Amino acid sequence: MIARVIVVPKPVVNDPQGATVRQGLQALGFAEVVDVRVGKYIEVTLDSLSGDEARNRVEKMCSQLLANRVIEDFRFDLLPPDAEPGSRPALNRQGWGGKEEPA
Amino acid sequence: MKFGVVVFPGTWSDRDWGHVIQDVLGADLVYLWHKDRELHGVDCVILPGGFSYGDYLRTGAIARFSPVMDSVAEFAAAGGLVWGSCNGFQILCEAGLLPGALIRNRCLEFRCQWAHVRCDQPRTPYTWRLEREQVIKLPIAHGEGNYVADPETMRRLERDGQIVFRYCDPSGEPTSEANPNGSMNNIAGIVNSTGNVLGMMPHPERCAEAELGGIDGLALFRSLLQAASSITLR
Repeated sequence: MIARVIVVPKPVVNDPQGATVRQGLQALGFAEVVDVRVGKYIEVTLDSLSGDEARNRVEKMCSQLLANRVIEDFRFDLLPPDAEPGSRPALNRQGWGGKEEPA
Repeated sequence: MKFGVVVFPGTWSDRDWGHVIQDVLGADLVYLWHKDRELHGVDCVILPGGFSYGDYLRTGAIARFSPVMDSVAEFAAAGGLVWGSCNGFQILCEAGLLPGALIRNRCLEFRCQWAHVRCDQPRTPYTWRLEREQVIKLPIAHGEGNYVADPETMRRLERDGQIVFRYCDPSGEPTSEANPNGSMNNIAGIVNSTGNVLGMMPHPERCAEAELGGIDGLALFRSLLQAASSITLR
Protein backbone atom coordinates (compact mmCIF):
# COMPACT_ATOMS: atom_id res chain seq x y z
CA MET A 1 0.00 0.00 0.00
CA ILE A 2 1.21 3.49 -0.72
CA ALA A 3 0.33 6.52 1.39
CA ARG A 4 0.44 9.83 -0.42
CA VAL A 5 0.95 12.53 2.17
CA ILE A 6 0.62 16.25 1.57
CA VAL A 7 2.05 18.63 4.16
CA VAL A 8 1.22 22.33 3.91
CA PRO A 9 1.85 25.34 6.14
CA LYS A 10 -1.16 26.12 8.34
CA PRO A 11 -3.29 28.93 6.93
CA VAL A 12 -2.33 31.20 9.82
CA VAL A 13 1.40 30.62 9.35
CA ASN A 14 3.19 33.09 7.13
CA ASP A 15 4.61 31.21 4.11
CA PRO A 16 7.46 33.28 2.66
CA GLN A 17 8.15 30.69 -0.06
CA GLY A 18 4.54 30.71 -1.17
CA ALA A 19 4.45 34.51 -1.19
CA THR A 20 7.57 34.64 -3.34
CA VAL A 21 6.25 32.05 -5.80
CA ARG A 22 2.99 34.01 -5.98
CA GLN A 23 4.89 37.16 -6.87
CA GLY A 24 6.82 35.21 -9.52
CA LEU A 25 3.66 33.86 -11.10
CA GLN A 26 2.10 37.31 -11.08
CA ALA A 27 5.25 38.76 -12.66
CA LEU A 28 4.91 36.16 -15.43
CA GLY A 29 1.46 37.53 -16.20
CA PHE A 30 -0.67 35.05 -14.26
CA ALA A 31 -2.74 37.86 -12.83
CA GLU A 32 -5.43 35.46 -11.62
CA VAL A 33 -3.09 34.02 -8.96
CA VAL A 34 -4.39 35.10 -5.57
CA ASP A 35 -2.37 32.92 -3.21
CA VAL A 36 0.29 30.20 -3.27
CA ARG A 37 1.22 27.87 -0.44
CA VAL A 38 4.35 25.75 -0.73
CA GLY A 39 4.33 22.40 1.05
CA LYS A 40 5.68 18.88 0.66
CA TYR A 41 4.54 15.69 -1.03
CA ILE A 42 5.69 12.47 0.62
CA GLU A 43 5.09 8.89 -0.54
CA VAL A 44 5.30 6.15 2.07
CA THR A 45 5.21 2.52 0.90
CA LEU A 46 3.74 0.23 3.54
CA ASP A 47 3.97 -3.47 4.14
CA SER A 48 0.66 -5.33 4.07
CA LEU A 49 -1.87 -3.73 6.39
CA SER A 50 -5.62 -3.40 6.20
CA GLY A 51 -6.93 -0.05 5.06
CA ASP A 52 -8.03 0.95 8.54
CA GLU A 53 -4.75 -0.09 10.13
CA ALA A 54 -2.79 1.72 7.48
CA ARG A 55 -4.86 4.89 7.91
CA ASN A 56 -4.32 4.77 11.64
CA ARG A 57 -0.56 4.22 11.30
CA VAL A 58 -0.06 6.90 8.66
CA GLU A 59 -2.01 9.37 10.80
CA LYS A 60 0.52 8.71 13.59
CA MET A 61 3.49 9.00 11.22
CA CYS A 62 2.22 12.39 10.13
CA SER A 63 1.62 13.64 13.67
CA GLN A 64 4.91 12.37 15.04
CA LEU A 65 7.33 13.19 12.24
CA LEU A 66 6.15 13.99 8.73
CA ALA A 67 4.40 17.21 9.77
CA ASN A 68 5.19 19.66 12.56
CA ARG A 69 1.73 20.36 13.94
CA VAL A 70 2.83 23.74 15.27
CA ILE A 71 3.17 25.09 11.76
CA GLU A 72 1.84 22.48 9.34
CA ASP A 73 -1.34 20.63 8.41
CA PHE A 74 -1.34 17.30 6.65
CA ARG A 75 -3.66 15.11 4.65
CA PHE A 76 -3.14 11.79 2.97
CA ASP A 77 -4.76 9.04 0.99
CA LEU A 78 -3.90 5.40 0.39
CA LEU A 79 -3.30 3.64 -2.90
CA PRO A 80 -3.63 -0.12 -3.41
CA PRO A 81 -0.42 -2.16 -3.33
CA ASP A 82 -0.20 -2.60 -7.10
CA ALA A 83 0.09 1.13 -7.69
CA GLU A 84 3.59 2.37 -8.39
CA PRO A 85 4.98 5.27 -6.40
CA GLY A 86 4.54 8.51 -8.26
CA SER A 87 2.25 6.88 -10.78
CA ARG A 88 -0.65 9.17 -10.11
CA PRO A 89 -0.88 12.88 -9.62
CA ALA A 90 -0.89 13.76 -5.96
CA LEU A 91 -3.94 15.95 -6.13
CA ASN A 92 -6.15 13.81 -8.32
CA ARG A 93 -9.76 14.76 -7.63
CA GLN A 94 -10.97 11.16 -7.78
CA GLY A 95 -7.99 9.72 -5.95
CA TRP A 96 -8.48 11.66 -2.80
CA GLY A 97 -10.10 8.88 -0.79
CA GLY A 98 -13.41 10.63 -0.23
CA LYS A 99 -11.78 13.39 1.78
CA GLU A 100 -12.66 16.94 1.00
CA GLU A 101 -10.96 18.54 -1.96
CA PRO A 102 -7.59 19.95 -0.90
CA ALA A 103 -7.54 23.71 -0.74
CA MET B 1 31.95 23.47 35.33
CA LYS B 2 31.64 20.77 32.70
CA PHE B 3 30.05 21.37 29.32
CA GLY B 4 28.86 18.66 26.95
CA VAL B 5 28.73 19.67 23.29
CA VAL B 6 26.45 17.42 21.24
CA VAL B 7 27.69 16.41 17.79
CA PHE B 8 25.18 15.27 15.19
CA PRO B 9 26.09 14.39 11.63
CA GLY B 10 26.10 17.81 9.97
CA THR B 11 26.80 19.87 13.11
CA TRP B 12 29.28 22.61 12.25
CA SER B 13 29.68 24.82 15.32
CA ASP B 14 30.77 22.15 17.80
CA ARG B 15 34.50 22.96 17.59
CA ASP B 16 33.83 26.69 17.98
CA TRP B 17 31.91 25.98 21.19
CA GLY B 18 34.65 23.62 22.30
CA HIS B 19 37.30 26.26 21.68
CA VAL B 20 35.49 28.89 23.75
CA ILE B 21 34.75 26.46 26.58
CA GLN B 22 38.24 25.02 26.81
CA ASP B 23 40.61 27.69 25.56
CA VAL B 24 38.77 30.92 26.44
CA LEU B 25 36.95 29.94 29.64
CA GLY B 26 39.18 27.12 30.81
CA ALA B 27 36.14 24.99 31.66
CA ASP B 28 35.80 21.23 31.22
CA LEU B 29 34.57 19.91 27.92
CA VAL B 30 33.28 16.66 26.56
CA TYR B 31 31.86 16.08 23.09
CA LEU B 32 28.67 14.02 23.15
CA TRP B 33 28.23 11.85 20.07
CA HIS B 34 24.60 11.73 18.98
CA LYS B 35 24.43 7.93 19.26
CA ASP B 36 25.69 7.97 22.83
CA ARG B 37 23.09 8.18 25.60
CA GLU B 38 25.64 8.91 28.30
CA LEU B 39 25.95 12.58 29.31
CA HIS B 40 29.16 12.00 31.34
CA GLY B 41 28.03 14.11 34.29
CA VAL B 42 28.00 17.43 32.46
CA ASP B 43 26.48 20.54 34.06
CA CYS B 44 25.34 22.03 30.77
CA VAL B 45 24.46 20.46 27.43
CA ILE B 46 25.16 22.51 24.30
CA LEU B 47 23.23 21.89 21.08
CA PRO B 48 25.39 23.73 18.54
CA GLY B 49 24.57 25.15 15.14
CA GLY B 50 24.84 23.40 11.82
CA PHE B 51 22.70 21.33 9.53
CA SER B 52 22.06 18.18 11.54
CA TYR B 53 21.00 15.34 9.25
CA GLY B 54 21.20 17.72 6.31
CA ASP B 55 18.09 19.56 7.56
CA TYR B 56 16.13 16.76 5.89
CA LEU B 57 12.34 17.04 6.18
CA ARG B 58 12.57 20.10 8.48
CA THR B 59 15.43 21.68 10.38
CA GLY B 60 16.01 19.68 13.55
CA ALA B 61 13.30 17.15 12.72
CA ILE B 62 15.55 14.10 12.52
CA ALA B 63 18.09 15.10 15.16
CA ARG B 64 15.49 14.88 17.86
CA PHE B 65 15.31 11.09 17.35
CA SER B 66 19.00 10.64 18.10
CA PRO B 67 19.60 8.50 21.21
CA VAL B 68 21.37 11.39 22.93
CA MET B 69 18.20 13.49 22.78
CA ASP B 70 16.34 11.11 25.14
CA SER B 71 19.03 11.78 27.73
CA VAL B 72 18.97 15.50 26.99
CA ALA B 73 15.19 15.59 27.50
CA GLU B 74 15.51 13.76 30.84
CA PHE B 75 18.34 16.05 31.87
CA ALA B 76 16.26 19.13 30.99
CA ALA B 77 13.21 17.78 32.84
CA ALA B 78 15.38 17.38 35.94
CA GLY B 79 16.40 21.03 35.73
CA GLY B 80 19.66 20.55 33.82
CA LEU B 81 21.00 23.41 31.72
CA VAL B 82 20.41 22.89 27.98
CA TRP B 83 21.57 25.61 25.63
CA GLY B 84 20.78 25.45 21.93
CA SER B 85 21.98 27.93 19.36
CA CYS B 86 20.89 28.18 15.72
CA ASN B 87 20.25 24.57 14.62
CA GLY B 88 20.24 23.72 18.32
CA PHE B 89 17.28 26.07 18.84
CA GLN B 90 15.49 24.41 15.93
CA ILE B 91 16.14 20.98 17.46
CA LEU B 92 14.84 22.11 20.87
CA CYS B 93 11.59 23.27 19.25
CA GLU B 94 11.19 20.06 17.23
CA ALA B 95 11.85 18.02 20.37
CA GLY B 96 9.16 19.94 22.24
CA LEU B 97 11.64 21.21 24.85
CA LEU B 98 10.75 24.72 23.73
CA PRO B 99 7.43 25.88 22.27
CA GLY B 100 6.93 27.13 18.72
CA ALA B 101 8.89 26.48 15.54
CA LEU B 102 11.42 28.12 13.24
CA ILE B 103 10.49 28.53 9.60
CA ARG B 104 12.15 29.98 6.50
CA ASN B 105 13.37 33.56 6.87
CA ARG B 106 10.80 36.08 5.66
CA CYS B 107 13.34 37.40 3.13
CA LEU B 108 14.11 33.83 1.95
CA GLU B 109 17.81 34.68 2.19
CA PHE B 110 20.40 32.97 4.33
CA ARG B 111 21.37 35.79 6.70
CA CYS B 112 24.99 35.84 7.82
CA GLN B 113 25.58 39.13 9.63
CA TRP B 114 25.89 40.87 12.97
CA ALA B 115 22.61 41.45 14.78
CA HIS B 116 21.78 43.61 17.76
CA VAL B 117 19.65 41.88 20.36
CA ARG B 118 18.11 43.25 23.53
CA CYS B 119 18.13 41.18 26.70
CA ASP B 120 14.56 41.20 27.99
CA GLN B 121 15.10 38.57 30.66
CA PRO B 122 18.25 38.82 32.76
CA ARG B 123 16.85 36.45 35.38
CA THR B 124 18.11 33.25 33.76
CA PRO B 125 21.31 31.28 34.40
CA TYR B 126 22.46 32.40 30.95
CA THR B 127 21.89 36.12 31.30
CA TRP B 128 22.66 37.01 34.93
CA ARG B 129 25.49 39.27 33.89
CA LEU B 130 23.36 41.33 31.52
CA GLU B 131 21.11 44.22 32.50
CA ARG B 132 17.45 44.26 31.55
CA GLU B 133 17.14 45.84 28.07
CA GLN B 134 20.91 45.77 27.59
CA VAL B 135 21.76 45.66 23.88
CA ILE B 136 24.47 43.26 22.76
CA LYS B 137 25.80 42.45 19.30
CA LEU B 138 25.96 38.83 18.20
CA PRO B 139 26.49 37.12 14.84
CA ILE B 140 23.67 35.24 13.14
CA ALA B 141 23.97 32.74 10.27
CA HIS B 142 20.77 31.00 9.29
CA GLY B 143 18.14 30.51 6.62
CA GLU B 144 15.41 29.32 8.95
CA GLY B 145 15.28 31.50 12.03
CA ASN B 146 11.80 32.93 11.65
CA TYR B 147 10.17 32.13 14.99
CA VAL B 148 6.46 31.33 14.94
CA ALA B 149 4.03 30.14 17.59
CA ASP B 150 0.28 30.17 18.03
CA PRO B 151 -1.30 33.24 19.67
CA GLU B 152 -1.82 31.50 23.02
CA THR B 153 1.84 30.47 23.17
CA MET B 154 2.94 33.98 22.25
CA ARG B 155 0.79 35.44 25.02
CA ARG B 156 2.28 32.99 27.51
CA LEU B 157 5.87 33.71 26.42
CA GLU B 158 5.31 37.44 26.80
CA ARG B 159 3.39 37.17 30.08
CA ASP B 160 5.86 34.83 31.76
CA GLY B 161 8.98 36.63 30.62
CA GLN B 162 10.25 33.72 28.55
CA ILE B 163 11.47 35.93 25.72
CA VAL B 164 15.13 36.40 26.53
CA PHE B 165 16.43 38.13 23.39
CA ARG B 166 14.75 40.31 20.79
CA TYR B 167 16.30 41.65 17.60
CA CYS B 168 16.56 45.42 17.89
CA ASP B 169 18.28 48.46 16.44
CA PRO B 170 21.47 49.71 18.13
CA SER B 171 19.39 51.85 20.50
CA GLY B 172 17.35 48.84 21.67
CA GLU B 173 14.13 49.39 19.70
CA PRO B 174 12.74 46.10 18.35
CA THR B 175 11.90 47.52 14.94
CA SER B 176 10.80 45.61 11.87
CA GLU B 177 13.93 46.76 10.02
CA ALA B 178 16.12 45.29 12.76
CA ASN B 179 14.37 41.92 12.46
CA PRO B 180 16.57 39.85 10.11
CA ASN B 181 14.23 36.92 9.60
CA GLY B 182 10.64 37.96 10.30
CA SER B 183 10.38 36.34 13.76
CA MET B 184 7.18 37.07 15.63
CA ASN B 185 7.68 39.84 18.21
CA ASN B 186 11.33 40.07 17.03
CA ILE B 187 12.15 36.93 19.00
CA ALA B 188 15.82 35.90 18.87
CA GLY B 189 15.81 33.62 21.90
CA ILE B 190 13.46 32.07 24.46
CA VAL B 191 13.66 29.95 27.60
CA ASN B 192 11.30 27.23 28.78
CA SER B 193 8.94 27.95 31.66
CA THR B 194 11.52 26.84 34.22
CA GLY B 195 14.32 28.89 32.69
CA ASN B 196 16.88 26.09 32.34
CA VAL B 197 16.50 25.50 28.58
CA LEU B 198 17.57 28.36 26.32
CA GLY B 199 17.20 28.42 22.55
CA MET B 200 18.56 31.29 20.50
CA MET B 201 19.35 31.85 16.83
CA PRO B 202 22.50 34.00 17.31
CA HIS B 203 25.93 32.44 17.85
CA PRO B 204 27.46 33.52 21.19
CA GLU B 205 30.41 31.18 20.58
CA ARG B 206 31.48 33.25 17.60
CA CYS B 207 31.94 36.45 19.55
CA ALA B 208 33.84 35.49 22.66
CA GLU B 209 37.22 36.87 21.59
CA ALA B 210 38.11 40.41 20.52
CA GLU B 211 39.97 39.03 17.49
CA LEU B 212 36.62 37.89 16.11
CA GLY B 213 35.09 41.35 16.23
CA GLY B 214 33.27 41.27 19.54
CA ILE B 215 33.12 39.67 22.98
CA ASP B 216 29.44 40.15 23.81
CA GLY B 217 28.90 36.39 23.69
CA LEU B 218 31.20 35.97 26.67
CA ALA B 219 28.62 37.55 28.97
CA LEU B 220 26.41 34.48 28.51
CA PHE B 221 29.21 32.01 29.18
CA ARG B 222 30.32 33.94 32.26
CA SER B 223 26.73 34.11 33.52
CA LEU B 224 26.58 30.33 33.29
CA LEU B 225 29.85 29.81 35.10
CA GLN B 226 28.64 32.09 37.87
CA ALA B 227 25.21 30.43 37.93
CA ALA B 228 26.63 26.92 38.02
CA SER B 229 28.10 27.49 41.44
CA SER B 230 24.72 28.51 42.87
CA ILE B 231 22.30 26.18 41.07
CA THR B 232 21.65 22.69 42.24
CA LEU B 233 21.11 20.27 39.42
CA ARG B 234 18.68 17.41 40.00
